[in-house]
Formats: sequence, C-alpha cells, structure tokens
Amino acid sequence: PSPPTPIPSSPPQDIRNTVGNIPMEWYQDFPHIGYNLDGKKIYKPIRNKDELDMFLEKMENPDYWRTVQDKMTGADIKLTDEQVELVQRLQKGQFGDVHFNPYEPAVDFFTHEVMIHPVTNRPADKRSFIPSLIEKEKVSKLVHAIKMGWIKPRKPKDDTPTYYDLWAHEDPNSILGRHKMHVPAPKMKLPGHEESYNPPPEYLLSEEEKLAWEQQEPAERKLNFVPQQHRCLRAVPAYPRFIHERFERCLDLYLCPRQRKMRVNVDPEDLIPKLPKPRDLQPFPTTQALIYRGHTSLVRCLSVSPSGQWLVSGSDDCTVRFWEVSSARCMKTLPVGGVVKSVAWNPNPTICLVAICVEQSVLLVNPSLGDKLLYGATDQLLESYVAPEEERVQPVQWVTASMEEHSKGVRLVIQHSKAVKQVTWHGKGDYFASVVSDNSNMQVLIHQTSKRWSQNPFRKSKGLVQCVLFHPIRPYFFVATQRYVRIYNLLKQELTKKLMTNCKWVSSMAIHPGGDNIICGSYDSKLAWFDLDLSTRPYQLLRHHKKALRSVAFHKHYPLFASGSDDGTVIVCHGMVYNDLLQNPLLVPVKVLKGHAITLDLGVLDVLFHPT
Amino acid sequence: RRLCILKGIYPHEPKHKKKVNKGSTAPRTFYLLKDIKFLLHEPIVNKFREYKVFVRKLRKAYGKSEWSTVDRLKDNKPTYKLDHIVKERYPTFVDALRDLDDALSMCFLFSTFPRTGKCHVQTIQLCRRLTVEFLNYIIASRSLRKVFLSIKGIYYQAEVLGQPVTWITPYAFAHDHPTDVDYRVMATFTEFYTTLLGFINFRLYHSLNLVYPPKIDGQADVELKPTDGKEYAMDSESYLEKLSALSASLARVVAPAHEDEVEMDEFPVEGETAEQMDMRKKEQEALEKHKKLFEGLRFFLNREVPREPLAFIIRCFGGQVSWDKSLCIGATYDVNDPSITHHIIDRPQVERQVVGRYYLQPQWVFDSVNAKLCLPVADYFPGVLLPPHLSPFVTEQEGDYIPPEKLKLLALQRGENPDEESEEEEEEEEEEDDDNDKEEEEDDNDKEEEEDEDESEKEEEMKLKKMEEQKTQSNKGLPVKVTAGKLRLEDKQRLEQEQQSEEKRLAIMMMKKREKYLYKKIMFGKKRKVREANKLAAKRKAHDTAVKEEKKKSKKARRA
Repeated sequence: PSPPTPIPSSPPQDIRNTVGNIPMEWYQDFPHIGYNLDGKKIYKPIRNKDELDMFLEKMENPDYWRTVQDKMTGADIKLTDEQVELVQRLQKGQFGDVHFNPYEPAVDFFTHEVMIHPVTNRPADKRSFIPSLIEKEKVSKLVHAIKMGWIKPRKPKDDTPTYYDLWAHEDPNSILGRHKMHVPAPKMKLPGHEESYNPPPEYLLSEEEKLAWEQQEPAERKLNFVPQQHRCLRAVPAYPRFIHERFERCLDLYLCPRQRKMRVNVDPEDLIPKLPKPRDLQPFPTTQALIYRGHTSLVRCLSVSPSGQWLVSGSDDCTVRFWEVSSARCMKTLPVGGVVKSVAWNPNPTICLVAICVEQSVLLVNPSLGDKLLYGATDQLLESYVAPEEERVQPVQWVTASMEEHSKGVRLVIQHSKAVKQVTWHGKGDYFASVVSDNSNMQVLIHQTSKRWSQNPFRKSKGLVQCVLFHPIRPYFFVATQRYVRIYNLLKQELTKKLMTNCKWVSSMAIHPGGDNIICGSYDSKLAWFDLDLSTRPYQLLRHHKKALRSVAFHKHYPLFASGSDDGTVIVCHGMVYNDLLQNPLLVPVKVLKGHAITLDLGVLDVLFHPT
Repeated sequence: RRLCILKGIYPHEPKHKKKVNKGSTAPRTFYLLKDIKFLLHEPIVNKFREYKVFVRKLRKAYGKSEWSTVDRLKDNKPTYKLDHIVKERYPTFVDALRDLDDALSMCFLFSTFPRTGKCHVQTIQLCRRLTVEFLNYIIASRSLRKVFLSIKGIYYQAEVLGQPVTWITPYAFAHDHPTDVDYRVMATFTEFYTTLLGFINFRLYHSLNLVYPPKIDGQADVELKPTDGKEYAMDSESYLEKLSALSASLARVVAPAHEDEVEMDEFPVEGETAEQMDMRKKEQEALEKHKKLFEGLRFFLNREVPREPLAFIIRCFGGQVSWDKSLCIGATYDVNDPSITHHIIDRPQVERQVVGRYYLQPQWVFDSVNAKLCLPVADYFPGVLLPPHLSPFVTEQEGDYIPPEKLKLLALQRGENPDEESEEEEEEEEEEDDDNDKEEEEDDNDKEEEEDEDESEKEEEMKLKKMEEQKTQSNKGLPVKVTAGKLRLEDKQRLEQEQQSEEKRLAIMMMKKREKYLYKKIMFGKKRKVREANKLAAKRKAHDTAVKEEKKKSKKARRA
C-alpha cells in the first residue's frame, strides 16, 4: 500500500494579488485591488462590458466557454486543456488524477485463514476473564426496574375485532335509572316543500320577502335558507352552510339545555266555560228604547224617582232636567248655576225630593211633579221644621231657599266648605250623606233632613273618599276610598269590615238589594264582586271592559247588574244571588250594549236600572 | 367537553331558575350534579390522562431528538375504546337505531372531506367505509322509503327494523371550509359516531345473515357482472386501494343473501277485527310493491348525473343500473345494451337517441320513489320544464296549504288519472283552435281550455279554500256575507250566527285569566296558520295567472 502523496502546500508566488486571502467583496466598489511594492494601486482590468458585449463575445470568441474570471485579481483566464479535462472528470464524479486506480485489489489485514500462531504475542487481559462491572450494573438496574414493575413486558396486541355484536345479550337490568331520566335529543326538523331544489313557485320568496329575510337577525329567521329554484339537478350547487349546520347541530347536542315540555294539547273550545245561555236568563235589556235629548253638554248623573215615573239628570251645562221616563219628555229644566256632580232622588215614595250637588252646596229640590198631594206633603214636611232652642255647631250651613229659588223648586241649600262630589240617600229618605273632595276628616257628612242637622261621622281621614253608600236594610255605611271599601256600623259607631278591592282606584260602588253583595267599579277597568259573607276579598274580579269603569248599578228586583265604561259600552251581567249560603253567586255576562258615542275620551258616565 | 360529548351529558334547564342561580336570572347552563359525578367514575378518564402523558413524553423526546425513545413511545401508544360507552348509552339496539340520524349525517359529511388537513385521514376513511357499508345494508334489506333533493343536500329516509332513520348527504362538491367551526368538536362527535355506526352495521349485517366485513359474492351473480373478475376481501394487501374500490363497487353489488325470502306468516292478533287485518294486509302489500318499484327495469346513468345517490336509490328498489365504464369501475353493461329501459340524463337534449328506452331526467327517479309508483314519464323528458319536486316528509293536516301538484299526486296514487284526459283534451282543443280564424274566439277558447285543464286542480283548490274560509269564519266569528235574494232566510241564519258568536264572546269574557291567555295563544296560532296558507294560495294563484298570460302572449306571437 502506498501512502497518499502529500499535496504540496500552495507556494506563495501562486497568490497573484497583494491583498492576501481576504473576501473580495471588500474591494468590490474600488477600481483597484491592493498595492504594489511602490505603494501604487494595482488596478483591476477594465470590465465595462454590458450584456450586449458579453453576448457578442460569446458569439465570436471560440474560447469563451473555457474562459473564467479569477476572483482574486479580476482578470480573465483561459483554461488549458489539462485543466478543462480535470474539470470534466470532476463533473463526471471521477477522480481528478487520471492515473489513480480506485479498484486496486484489497489486501486483508488479517487473513481469513486460521493461522497457527497468534498475530500478536500479547497475553490476554485480566478483564477478559472477569465479568464486566459496568454491564453488571446495567443489568442489575434493569432487573431492579422489572422487579419494581417499572418496566412492563410489551403488551400483546389484542386481537379482538374492532366491531362485534355489542348487543348480543341485552339484559333489562342494564337499563339504568339514567335512561329513564334521559331526555333524548329532538330529531332534526324534516325538510318541507320550500327546501326542495325545485319547489312549487309559491314557496319562492318575493323581492320584499327576501329583503325582509335579509334584514332579520339570523336567529329570528323562520327559514335558515332562501328557497331557490334550479331548473335541473345538474345546476344545483353545493350548500355553503352545510358544515355550519352540522356543527350547530353538534353544539345543540352537547350544549343545549334540555327540558321536557308538556305540550298543551287542548281544544280551544273546551277552554270556554260552559255558561247558561243568556236566552235562559232573560229578562235583561237588549235594545235601545229611548233617547232623552235636551242637554247641551255631558250628562254626569242620573236618578229615577222611586215610583219610576220620573227621571232627573244633571249635566255639565249647569242645568238639571226632569224627564218623564216613559215618554222622554222634558218636564222641567232647573238652571243651578254650576256643574252638577250628582243627583239623587229620595228613595222614600212618600217624599218627593231630589238632592243635587252643585259646586259647594247640596240643593234639596222639590220638583213638584206627579201627585200634588205628594209634593205638597213634602213641602209641608220641610216647613214643619222648628229650629232648636240652642244653636248647635254644625260643619255646614243649612239655608232656606230664597223666594225666587223657592218658586223654581229649591227648598233647602246646604252649603259646604268645599266642592261636593256625591250625594246619596238613606233608604228611609230622611238621612243623606254627601262626599266633599277634601283631604281632611270632613270628607263625609251625614245630614238629617227633618232636623236640618249635619254631623261628621269620622274623626280621622282614611284617604280620599270616592263614594259612600247606605246599606238598604241594616244600619251599615259603606265608604269607598281609593283602594278599600270600609263598612261602618252606624249604631255601634265602629268599623265592621274592610274590603280589599284589588284595584288601583275605585270609581263607583253599588249594593245588591239583598244587602250581602257589593260591586265596585274601578278606573283600571275592573269590576269586583264582593260577597260580604264570604270574605273581604273580591269573590270575582271581572275584566270585561277595555277602559275605566265609570259607574255600576244593581237592579232592584231582577238579578242583574250593569257597568258603564269609558269604552262606550254597557255590559249587563246576570248576577244571581242564592238564599242558600252554600251556593256561590252566579255571574254571567248576558249583553253588551254598544252605541254610545265617546266624547273627550269619556264614554258612559252613569248607568241605572229602572226600579220596576 | 370531550367527555360530555362522548358520554352524552347535556345541560338541564332547572325548574326554578332563580333558586338555582342564587336569585339572578342571568343565562347560565346547568348540569345535573349527578351527571358530573357520573363522569368522574368513567374509566376512560384515566385513558385520556395516559394519552396526555404520552403526548407530553413524545414531544420531549422529539425535542431532544432521541429517536429510539420516540420509536419506543410510538410503539406503546395508548389506545382507548368507546365500546362500553356505546353500550352504556344505548342499552338496547333499538335505542341505538333511534339515535342514528345524527351519526349518519355526520359520517356522510366526514366521508366527503378532503384527505388533507382538518382531520385525520383514518377518520375520513373509516367514515367512508362505514357509510358505504350502511348503504349496502340498506340496498340489501331494501329499506329505503323516501328521498328528497333539497338545496342543502339529499335527504334519505329508511326504515330500519321499524325505526325511521333519516340522514342527509351533501352534494358531491368540494367544501369551502368555514373558519368559525371548531373541527375538534365535530371530530369528537365523529369518533363516537363511527364506533356506534360500526357496531350497528355489524349487527344489521348479521340480522340479514350477511358476512360482516362485506364481501362481494362473485359466484352468486356472475351473469350480473361477467367482466368483473375482481373479488375483494377485507384483509388483503393494500387497504387504501381496496377501500376506494369498495366504495365504487359496493354501491351497486349486493352482498350475498343467504336467506331466501320467507313468506310473512299471518298471526291473527286477538281482539283485532277483520277490517284492521285487511288494512294491515293492504299496507303490507303496498310496502312490498313499493320495495319492488324498479324491479326488472334497467337503468343507465349518463356521466353528468350524480352516480352514487342514483345508483343507490335504483338498487334499493330492485332496479339494475350501470354507467359509463370510464366514469367509475363496476359498470355492468354498456350504453348500447338494447335491454336498457331507462336512460337517466341531465342535459337539455340527447344527441344520439336509441329507440326502445326512455330518456329521463334524474328527478323522475326521486319523484317515483316518493310517489310509490312509476310516474308518467312525459313530464321528465330531457329539456322539459320539470314539475316541482315536493318534499315527501310533509304530511298535510286539515287546513294546511297543499300545493296543487301534491293534490294531483294524491289523485294519481288513488288510481285516478285526470291528467292524461285533460292533456288529450287540451291537444284536441288546440287543434280546433288552429282551425279557428278569429282571434277573439280563440282567446275565449283558450280560456276555456285552460280552465278545463286546471279544472280538477281548481276544484280541489276551491274546496280547500272553502274549508279554509269556513274555518276562518268559525274562528273569527265573522258574520256571514249576505247575498241579495232570499233575504229572510239569510237574515235568520245570520241572526242565529250572530247570537251564537255573541254568546261565545260573552263566554270568553268570563274565562279565567290563565285560560284566556292560553285560548288567545291557541287562536293566534291557528289564525297565523290559516293566514300563511292563504298567502301561499294567493301567491300560487298570482303565479298561475302570470304563467297563463305569458302562454297566451307567446301563443299570439306564434300565430302572428
């Protein structure tokens, strides 16, 4: 074997520039490379060839292919034949030296034949006779690891098939309680006609509908796609939201709270309560019979004489008119010089007297209608008053009417300190109560006509009194404030009951002739029916009207009551009260009377049943 | 999250939201405490933990570039199985079938994903395999019932062991993958669904006495595919190649049925009247007939027709199907085969027609399946404006809007055939029209003719409308319109009606608040339904008149 000849280190004269073996980029921008011994610059050969020159040279120079640029000096060098050959050999992957033979026969260092003598005469090492400590350590480590269970034998590949009959033996015991509680996810909604690729034309959205669809929130849309029509199956494109929809379904499946909802599956007809037919509950008013014309402004209040022959009405045009009920004839007009808030005919048939609220006073008027004996007796009754010896302090002033007033029919004037809202008679016809719009304890006053004497029953104010009422039989007195109705016993002079109306603002109140039931109308369009024997809460709260109730009224004999409201309707209801205490009253609406014109947002201001 | 998905744990809506949520009503999700405890006992939690550790170790080894460790770790990659969870969630097979809808839809979607990115290739392949197996089962058991081409995809409904199973497949286009979708969630679902579907497939195949990894029985139908010498076995050398071949060939080749068709024995159930028996028998017969809808027909699919769904459907109903050999392997006969009866084509015109076969658009197949009878082919010739494709999933109740096409279809199913007569009439009259000279007369005739044509439709429509009107009237309590003439009688009726309606109104007034609310809600819903139906009907009418106008105009133009 011949040792490779050492390659002679490149002699110093081989370097043909003076700068040494430095990166040539440093001189890139200079015209020279290095300096000569005299300190003069050694200039690079001039290279101002452009592409065209290069090309021309390439075409013309036959040795162009073997010309290379020396990076050290920048000069062009033409390679010699030997050099070219060397380059070609190297390019082919052959050895540079032509004479080098890479396939010389190999000579083994050791022969494969067993020799009788050892190659070396060196005696065997000691370590070749004793076990290796390092290996022992390694093995013991492994053994320890195996003992401790750190190294586990390789798991055998389990050969069980991926799929097998999972439900081979279904045992009913495996159905856990969980499965009974399980709420299965609802299935996807099945597509309707509108989802078809070629739906019937009516399912396609028109322009406006499409616009509306686009403006809706995606969650609000009824369809989550726009129905489209394609002429043939070939023209159907991919649905761009397919992955979205699957993803949303996935989210629904694992994020959406589930709840069992009981679907109400009732026939709406069954919900309507079975009530007796109104036809079976007759009589009740059904048609409009008469219109009393004459007032020029709102008619605020009505009252019918106990005989049922006469009607008195008070109005905003500062007059009180007396009518004959049956003929709608205006018998008398009484100008009172103020807005009439309330009128009340004395319920005693032997007395012909009307109480009228005008501003701050209550007028007692003898209309002088009907039986002459009757109204003459009334006048006599009023005149038979004898003033008591000692003057008592009264909250109001009783004034006898002047002559001209007397000629009009006014008999007595009771002057209050504030405006009077309401006046109501006791059943006997001697006492009457008036309500003053005031905040003090002077709101309610009870007057006695025969003695011309007034008293203030309450020491303390319990809120704004809306209306008051005498019990028809027993000595009870009802006072309705905004939210409660209080019942006072006049004999014992104490509060017996307080009824919660469950309304915001009571407007009116009426009592059943039997005396055990009260209805209360309120401005929040509710009508509360109280059964006094039952409880202090309403037995029933009727929400029939759409607007505020103005007045309520009971019929004297028939089981009827009516309510008038601002929505221009009067609802007549059948309200049967049974003598049997165990049976609750039966309330059935029987008729809605319409036809009242609504002026200034006011509809029906007062309702009343004829007494007979 | 993954556990919740796999175990099927879902939040619950508490009964008293305020009580649970410490007084606030802010929207929060509530899980049952029991459910969460149940999750903690799951053995798969440990497996997940192991897997996490494995991933961590592997990353470390990669970081240190200890390749031997990497190899060792990869060898010992922990695996987990979801079998017990499937069993636990669906203790009986029927339970599993009931929940198959989502699983199928998901697998079909995943099987169309591209092989790159988004999710593992193995998952996609597995999905593909499972879905193909399932389709094969449906073909073998002939349990497909309804198909529907929607703009979203193709809906199929099959009846597997008495359970309706519905799934949707997307059209065969590349998906544009949305960015706001969490593919990991979907992948977790798919993981569970593939397991479920695999077991279900196994069970279904065994219920039909088929070999489960499905094999194509070469000997059984040699005459069917004489050229097809290939036979596939599940465990031969290159899995991927085979799977792709499977997808193509299995769609048309039934795995061998070892069991002959057994005649249904009749078990008269006690307490069942003869009528019910008859009804059942009739239904059974109809079903059998439906199953053999395409029996004996030979289809050829042109290359622009979606091959897989059509081949699947046709084979499901007993037809034979083939396609161009260059399109996909497994074509059984050539275009020029004279025995082809139907040629499905989706082009405006046919360049080379062969006598003795119908050239039809693909919708014919779908519509026929849904109608349970082979529809008249005239409407489905290539280039013809197709009749609307209706959803078979809609069952109209009383008062719903029914499109006139559906009415026609129902009439056809009943066995009447008003269509052809009217067509003939139309043609005749058209001829007559041609003879006529005066244009005015023509117009009149046109009208008449068209009216004749639509008579059946219109009658039905009118009936429908009348019903609707009656309904609205009864609902709204509207007074009946009074026509001049017998004033007396009408008045009486009207009075009566008014009285009744007033009674009703009064009664409604007396209802309790809660009941009134409910009543109003129900009535509102009903009214809305009627309104919608009326709107649709009006739209249809407008459209029809517009079409008629157009027709008339074009006719006039033609004449002139």
